[in-house]
Amino acid sequence: MDLLYKPWPWYVAGPIIGLMVPMLLWMGNKRLGISSSLRHVCAACFPGHIKLFQYNWKKEIWNLFFVGGLLIGGWIGGVWLANPEPVAIAAPTVQYLSIFHIVPGHSQMPENLFSWHSLLSLKGFLMMVVGGFLVGFGTRYAQGCTSGHGILGLSALQWPSLVATACFFLGGILFSNLILPYILAL
Amino acid sequence: MKNLFFLLAGVVFGLALTKGEAISWYRIQEMFRFESFHMFGIFMTAIPTGALGLFLLRKWRVKTWDGAEIEAPRKSFHPGIVIGSLIFGFGWALTGACPGPLYAQIGTGSVVTVVTLAAAIFGTWCFGKVQGQLPGGSHTS
Repeated sequence: MDLLYKPWPWYVAGPIIGLMVPMLLWMGNKRLGISSSLRHVCAACFPGHIKLFQYNWKKEIWNLFFVGGLLIGGWIGGVWLANPEPVAIAAPTVQYLSIFHIVPGHSQMPENLFSWHSLLSLKGFLMMVVGGFLVGFGTRYAQGCTSGHGILGLSALQWPSLVATACFFLGGILFSNLILPYILAL
Repeated sequence: MKNLFFLLAGVVFGLALTKGEAISWYRIQEMFRFESFHMFGIFMTAIPTGALGLFLLRKWRVKTWDGAEIEAPRKSFHPGIVIGSLIFGFGWALTGACPGPLYAQIGTGSVVTVVTLAAAIFGTWCFGKVQGQLPGGSHTS
């Protein structure tokens, strides 16, 4: 029983994530991609007169069901089968985060950073609102995110996806190491 | 009806992301600081699995559930791939989430992540608004 609640090692989670690529293609020529759902929401709710949002989003409704499934999967994994232990990150990361009084707890995100209360602070605003904006703007500009380029594109040996994935990491590595410490210290 | 199967596939994807801790802000910081193999291990097993699956679909000439030919995904290059990807990388470091994990995080009970998701939707909308003025932006259709 204990095994159900334990986090999955990378060699279990990784292959299941990879299986989504052939699974969706087999089910109906669907391409794994999550950032498209953000576009479909724009097209469905506030298309304005913007060219990017003028298409029949109802044809892409499968993608909205798919992300709906992600919510349920998050609930099963994070509430029902929640790991009772804090996330077991590497000792150097624990030590680094402790400088900013961030200690891994039972949530997968630091509760003192990602909360309604924190949203009203500059730090919380930068991390949630500005961070979220950059995720949405950047993924659409790049025409894909970690799933569309990183998993699907690389599985299909598409070199533009390799460039994209390298740049996702380059941006993340530079930001995490050079800029984020100043924001966490706010 | 078939949409329920896509929902189910999403459940499996969300469960793997959550139990694999790929939705954890801590894991993302650890990854960007090269302090653990965990996240790299996920990518390094997911991609070959996807590639092998694609290879077998083609080798066995598998048809879709509707009997259609499977179309191989193609991605074309434009400068926006470099600039947009870097911008997304900054956001990934800040939020500790790419778009998939945003949904799963909400599912785990982090209701405030709805704000991050709304900001991402707004970011997508703003890109649509200004794409004509951005280098490579008009390639995105």
